[in-house]
Amino acid sequence: MPETITDVADVIYKTDALIAQDIDAYLETHQHKTMLRFITCGSVDDGKSTLIGRLLYDSKMIFEDQLAALESDSKKQGTQGQAIDFALLVDGLAAEREQGITIDVAYRFFNTEKRKFIVADCPGHEQYTRNMVTGASTADLAVILIDARKGVLVQTRRHSYLCHLLGIRNIVLAVNKMDLVDYSQARFDEIVADYRAFATSIGIDTFTALPISGFAGDNVTAPSANTPWYTGPSLIAHLETVPVRGADDLARPFRMPVQWVNRPNLDFRGFSGLIASGSVKPGDAVRVLPSGKTSTVTRIVTLEGDLDQALAGQAITLCLADEIDCSRGDVLALADAPPEVADQFQATLVWMADEALTPGRAYWLKLGTQTVSATVRTPEYVVNVNTMEHLAAKTLELNAIGVAEVVTDKPLVFEPYTESRTLGGFILIDKISNATVGAGMLEFSLRRAQNVHWQALDVTRKAHAALKMQQPAVLWFTGLSGSGKSTIANLVEKKLHALGKHTFLLDGDNVRHGLNKDLGFTDADRIENIRRVGEVAKLMTDAGLIVLTAFISPFRAERELVRSLLPEGEFIEVFIDTPLEDAEKRDVKGLYKKARSGQLQNFTGIDSPYERPENPEIRVDTRRESPEDAAERIVERVIGAWMPVI
Amino acid sequence: MNMPSLTHLQRLEAEAIHIMREVVAEAQAPVMLYSVGKDSAVMLHLARKAFYPSPPPFPLLHVDTTWKFKAMYELRDRMARESGMELLVYQNPEAKARGINPFDHGALHTDMWKTEGLKQALDLHGFDAAFGGARRDEEKSRAKERIFSFRTASHGWDPKNQRPELWNLYNARKNKGESIRVFPISNWTELDIWQYIHLNDVPIVPLYFADERPTVERDGMLLMVDDDRFPLRPGEEPVMRSIRFRTLGCYPLTGAVESTAKTLPEVIQETLLTTTSERQGRAIDKDAGGAGMEVKKQQGYF
Repeated sequence: MPETITDVADVIYKTDALIAQDIDAYLETHQHKTMLRFITCGSVDDGKSTLIGRLLYDSKMIFEDQLAALESDSKKQGTQGQAIDFALLVDGLAAEREQGITIDVAYRFFNTEKRKFIVADCPGHEQYTRNMVTGASTADLAVILIDARKGVLVQTRRHSYLCHLLGIRNIVLAVNKMDLVDYSQARFDEIVADYRAFATSIGIDTFTALPISGFAGDNVTAPSANTPWYTGPSLIAHLETVPVRGADDLARPFRMPVQWVNRPNLDFRGFSGLIASGSVKPGDAVRVLPSGKTSTVTRIVTLEGDLDQALAGQAITLCLADEIDCSRGDVLALADAPPEVADQFQATLVWMADEALTPGRAYWLKLGTQTVSATVRTPEYVVNVNTMEHLAAKTLELNAIGVAEVVTDKPLVFEPYTESRTLGGFILIDKISNATVGAGMLEFSLRRAQNVHWQALDVTRKAHAALKMQQPAVLWFTGLSGSGKSTIANLVEKKLHALGKHTFLLDGDNVRHGLNKDLGFTDADRIENIRRVGEVAKLMTDAGLIVLTAFISPFRAERELVRSLLPEGEFIEVFIDTPLEDAEKRDVKGLYKKARSGQLQNFTGIDSPYERPENPEIRVDTRRESPEDAAERIVERVIGAWMPVI
Repeated sequence: MNMPSLTHLQRLEAEAIHIMREVVAEAQAPVMLYSVGKDSAVMLHLARKAFYPSPPPFPLLHVDTTWKFKAMYELRDRMARESGMELLVYQNPEAKARGINPFDHGALHTDMWKTEGLKQALDLHGFDAAFGGARRDEEKSRAKERIFSFRTASHGWDPKNQRPELWNLYNARKNKGESIRVFPISNWTELDIWQYIHLNDVPIVPLYFADERPTVERDGMLLMVDDDRFPLRPGEEPVMRSIRFRTLGCYPLTGAVESTAKTLPEVIQETLLTTTSERQGRAIDKDAGGAGMEVKKQQGYF
């Protein structure tokens, strides 16, 4: 192990003979290299960063100026005394260097004679699980480091479980720091046996175990004389020969999620996408999912001329023989072996946000190029990632992993994650903050969407509305309890009725006693309450009615969910804006009093939040406007906008 | 089973094309930052491939400092013509009015022309997604950055709280005012860039190849006297040397290397045999101690 600048420089200055003598030959070799993406994970102080530092420097990826900086940093901040602390090379964020921990994934690159490698150095702490999952999602292989002195630890198990969950099939167990246990075969065998017992229990059938020392270099790039009892390959030799991902993908039927429709002019219509699996060539019969329409591939178009064939992993543009409907979100598939289409699934979820999952709330779900609105039901269980126990849970907290049903508002073209990362892996996005809050892996569908027949009605919603001579809409009144929602909504309905409009008012009185009498006032029940009201209101607009609803509806996400159910412009949010003190002073039903005295839980404004609308179509300031004036204004706005429809 | 495997360059190319198409499909107003360097050249070539036969459906934005090499301006205008893309050139009016220059103003030059100029240009046009040619192998805080890097309405980057980014699923959603910087060639190394240029005949600025050029040695850097705005210090006299550049920026801030590499394979050969990193010739990274780039990025620098 070179420990001074001069020793390291000796290694680096040793130039590759081929590069110096015949650069063209070198480039020819390099051009045909394949690429392997892998992650390193393990407990704190297992020596991940040191191993990566060694891989980088043994393949001459550390330059003189970087090395000089590293040497001076090592003396200032390092944990290796006067020796070079390679961890400082990979821990790139200021906070990481200060705290001596890895927070986020770092991507590093190196080449050998045979391959290019991308290493994702993943954080070990449980609180950064989401970052580790990010790194693992794109990896072909995982190197799980174990400190030979410590053996299999809780983190070893957690990381192995996560790698397996994310579908990494090549697992390397690197028993590190062998120099500190005198290169003992017995110790190595003991650790491997321990790990095998655990691995088998979570479904990891095979793994490759190596005795190494990242610090001293044993079995990293070359077999070590210190471990004569070990006859397997060095770590690098193994990484150079393990099959890369893509071989599996290529063997499966053709699938390509359509990303973008390429229409430069009227004579050309191409479908662009990344081939998820299989291969395609002109003449192949393909099917567009979910519509099921079929056509034939005519061309595969690129800047350098048409291709005879394209393979999984390539980003292409192809043309079809027929003018069939196909756009972003659709999936092109081999006509005889299309993927399934469904709208209810069982999935394993990893929660990644500080705010816990709210079962029943609508999130955006992105899978391939499809984005739909989806809700997650109450989890069946969460997994204790340290013990693999299944525990009951009502939600998923940050970094929790659990199994739950996922329901989408539109059918999804999918495959189980174990067969396709592209058509089985999804992310969940919060509709208000737009943050990526969760990731999931679809296991199987609970109900085939093909079995749900959308009745193609002859009497359309347009026909219903035309007969009533009105534009259907939902006037969604929201505000605190006692703000005057029902009062104003009633006035509006009376006025509309007087004008000959067909209306219907939904409020707590006629909904809570019937349709929703099974629901209480927990957050989850409130969300379900609003969801049902939204669906009923939608059906009524299909029937041509102007629907008025008067519910506190405190959560922005649910109001936006209802908005998303309706055609553009038909959802009119009316915010009855009353200060809490006014509403509380009024306290028509005596509810605030009960809430203040603790007799009533989860009361909006007191111990449950009210999320104000950000851009309501109509806002009524009850301190400035009387209910009568407000009702008049709402009617005017609504009728005024609709009158001239001919 | 003898299945053909894609080479590393094919995989990197497909990844970049996929990323660009996702942005075009999901962003309202994308733009490609074009700095005329070799990474920009590769990014532009990838964009042309991604959308062929359509021209790339977004403009090129050059945040200009008025201090780039002449040869860069020439290639920039030529590439805009050949790609059929709109070229937007932005120069921070305040920096222009105050005559900010690299000789007199040091770090302020980069801050005003580049960091502030970029923010102003993005705000002016309302771009919500900007492609950049940064690579993770360039610098240690970049090694940590996501491909879709989310920015607040004031262009800030929060390295400790990045959005998780799984598989090749990118979350391009954002609220009004917020934006995303997108790095399609994140996973490319300097060698990959050179090899790709070589294999695809991607046009690059001739300054990457060695030639006899007027130079001055100053503060340990070899600078090229590109025009008569270069104030010579007493005793300095431009000397003709055979030099080339590993990276290109503002000419007074970009150090050259002595070289005789006149072809791409020779350039690649030198790159592989060198013992210093490519950003070593850049004055910018040395400000603010070890975390220079991370601080700059938090302030909105690309």
